[in-house]
Amino acid sequence: MQTPSSVQTSPAPEPRRVSFSLKDFVIKFGLLVILAVMIVVFWRLEPAFGSARNMFSILQAVSVTALLALGVTVTLAIGGFDLSIGSTAAMSLMASSYVMVILDLGTLPAIAVCLFLGLAIGFANGMLIVKGRIPDLLATLGMMFLLLGLQLIPTGGRSIAKGMTLPSGGSAQGSFTETFLALGRYRVFDLIPLPVIVMIVAAILLWVFMERSRYGRVLYAIGGNEKATRLAGAPVERYKIAAYMISGGFASVGGMLLAARVGRGDVSSGSSLLLDSVAAALIGFAVLGAKKPNVFGTAIGALFVGTLLNGLTMLNAPYYAQDFVKGLVLVLALLFTFGFASSNHR
Amino acid sequence: MNSDTVDAVRVRGLTKRFGSTQAVDSVDLDVRRGEVLALMGANGAGKSTLIKILCGVHPADSGTIEIDGRPVAFRSPLEARAAGIHTVHQLINDGVVQQLSVAENLVLDEICRPDGPRMLSRDRIHAQARDIQAILGLDLPLGRAMSELGQAERQLVAIARALSHEPKLLILDEPTSSLSESEASRLFEIIEDLRSRGVAIVYISHRMSDIRRLADRAVVMRDGRWRAEFAAPFDFDAIIHAMIGHSVTDGGRVAVPGGPVAMALRDVVLRPGAEPFDLDLCEGEVVVLTGLIGSGKSELAECLFGTRKPVSGRVLLDDAPYAPRDPGDAIARGVHMAPEDRGNSSLVVDFSVRHNMTLPFLSVFSRLTLVDPERERVAAEKQSGDLGIKCASTDAPIVSLSGGNQQKVVLGRWLLQPCRLLMLDEPFQGVDIGARQDIGRRLRETADGRATLVICTDLEEATEIADRIVVMRDFSIVGSHSIEGISLDRLVHQMTSVKSATTLA
Repeated sequence: MQTPSSVQTSPAPEPRRVSFSLKDFVIKFGLLVILAVMIVVFWRLEPAFGSARNMFSILQAVSVTALLALGVTVTLAIGGFDLSIGSTAAMSLMASSYVMVILDLGTLPAIAVCLFLGLAIGFANGMLIVKGRIPDLLATLGMMFLLLGLQLIPTGGRSIAKGMTLPSGGSAQGSFTETFLALGRYRVFDLIPLPVIVMIVAAILLWVFMERSRYGRVLYAIGGNEKATRLAGAPVERYKIAAYMISGGFASVGGMLLAARVGRGDVSSGSSLLLDSVAAALIGFAVLGAKKPNVFGTAIGALFVGTLLNGLTMLNAPYYAQDFVKGLVLVLALLFTFGFASSNHR
Repeated sequence: MNSDTVDAVRVRGLTKRFGSTQAVDSVDLDVRRGEVLALMGANGAGKSTLIKILCGVHPADSGTIEIDGRPVAFRSPLEARAAGIHTVHQLINDGVVQQLSVAENLVLDEICRPDGPRMLSRDRIHAQARDIQAILGLDLPLGRAMSELGQAERQLVAIARALSHEPKLLILDEPTSSLSESEASRLFEIIEDLRSRGVAIVYISHRMSDIRRLADRAVVMRDGRWRAEFAAPFDFDAIIHAMIGHSVTDGGRVAVPGGPVAMALRDVVLRPGAEPFDLDLCEGEVVVLTGLIGSGKSELAECLFGTRKPVSGRVLLDDAPYAPRDPGDAIARGVHMAPEDRGNSSLVVDFSVRHNMTLPFLSVFSRLTLVDPERERVAAEKQSGDLGIKCASTDAPIVSLSGGNQQKVVLGRWLLQPCRLLMLDEPFQGVDIGARQDIGRRLRETADGRATLVICTDLEEATEIADRIVVMRDFSIVGSHSIEGISLDRLVHQMTSVKSATTLA
């Protein structure tokens, strides 16, 4: 005896609607239209906004956020969440600085250490969730705190900069290599920042992985119905661990790019990353009416937040209003996704 | 024993649909004051839905409910309770709050009432809780957290709370399922006492012994409909017949002879203490596994699909030892299963028809890990056509399909690739008769070259598709009958004959 299955059947298969529905249009394209309108308005108010250079600086500004948001999209797709991405990125930033400035090793060891840390953190998250049976939010929240503290220990809580005094006495001998700094600062054709290219390539690869490969399909299936996916033969536990490793990996790349841009291991530089990237991924739900975490939407979401902040800055809006505006956008986007759509859906 | 035979509750023409599933179909039901009415039926017969309408969880689509001659229409469980209908649900953890104390749970309704007291003193709660405990003669530690109590004690708390409101109608859904013998008999005494005080009681149970001891009348539901009514003393074979249906094609079919043995079970013990059994599943043959609730049917299938391990015994697949680690392993060996309850166990709600179908076999439709949408579409459309799935296209969301068509999608999924053994667990639950026939026909058409095992409690459905019906009881196989010249009476008797004398299910 049971209540009707959780798959509710609608009364009848809906005939495909040919006529134009404003509501459907708003749900599908609302956010893209707002983005376009926003760009046009900023451009009219402040012509410098529309310059190619400014466009790319917007992209550069969002590249780190976008990378983190892409990673968290994968964990959202399996019905999980990764709150540790911000501190994973910060960890990666501190680790790359530590490897180069204090240990005086080269570029490749720094990159290798960062990637390893990111994947290891993701693996640890996955194990806590899958084997430790800790709810995803709590496991990654715990990991977030753990990392926030851990990154401070090797340097005794201080930021890492060239020539800094070490806790053991003496001063740091190494420095950021030019190659590493180029990761964050080099502009291809003297125009397109390297982080933007990294972000775009990563977004395309992840899009193919999530939307076209069978692995992405299974990840979404796990988010839709974990039990059914297991009974369809998929090794669900391994997929979940992999999702958190992808998230950790993307976050560590983001942290590296940030380190390369700021050129020092600043203990506080990753503080707004978590909220910004989660906001981007959630705004992405509303893009094209996807109603679910999706790579394209996440990229648009990141761009949306970046454009808004850049425009407001150019218009001399006070910096302290930024978080408010971000929050407002997020709430509106969530309304697009859930509020307006729900009456239409079931 | 009940002089007062006025109807406390009178239900007429009650109907409720969920999507295309007719969960409750014009049911009439009278419950008299001072009577225990047993409500019976197999899984999915509509008992729970009927109860949920009575206690205000679901609104009815049509039909009337009268209490003491006054028509009522509940918009919420609160209204039903105010009208004197109290329910103790089967899943007791839905009825108690683990984090609160025993006392707080006992007076929970008081605490939650919108117009209840604003401030709660511990002494007052405990005083009230003591009064409520006294109704059942309980002596539970009031200050303890609910989570520290055993299942049975939690059940008693939920029952005591319902009784504290002096219900007109008390609905008990499988109340003894987690109670020990002595706790159950204490509950029975309480129920008998309530009956003598004129309370109308609806008692849902699969335990024949409970019903024999308590019930004055029994009403049987099947497929959402009222099927039969019995008065004490009960003829349980007749009740079972009404619950699982008579076959209209009784013995009229010719069995397809089985080919070589695909899957062989030898001395398998499903749970400690159960009798070991053997079972051969042959190519080309459709075997239906039947038995009452709790007889171990699903557990047998789970052992073959790698989600459970038998206690002992050997399983051979094509003469090779077979002990799957998990469903992935089972599928790789060619054992496919569509589990019971497709909504929770088979379908991904936000996927399309096509994506739901191909989920286990994505690697077949992929090149270099990328899914080839064209090959996927062709395969899904072939299944859709063969099974007569009614959908706009295989791109349609699965939720836009009726229950029967959703079930066809599940079957289509497992027919995408050839297999050695196909298992379907209750494939006809919530499936209309047209879809049921399509599924049966397709199963038969594809049966060559593999063994087929269908778990099915309803004998009418079983006889439609089976070459052979295998009966389970107490986690063991107690009979095997070719469909030709089958005696359903004997089969029912095998399902019900009671070894341990008291409980059946």
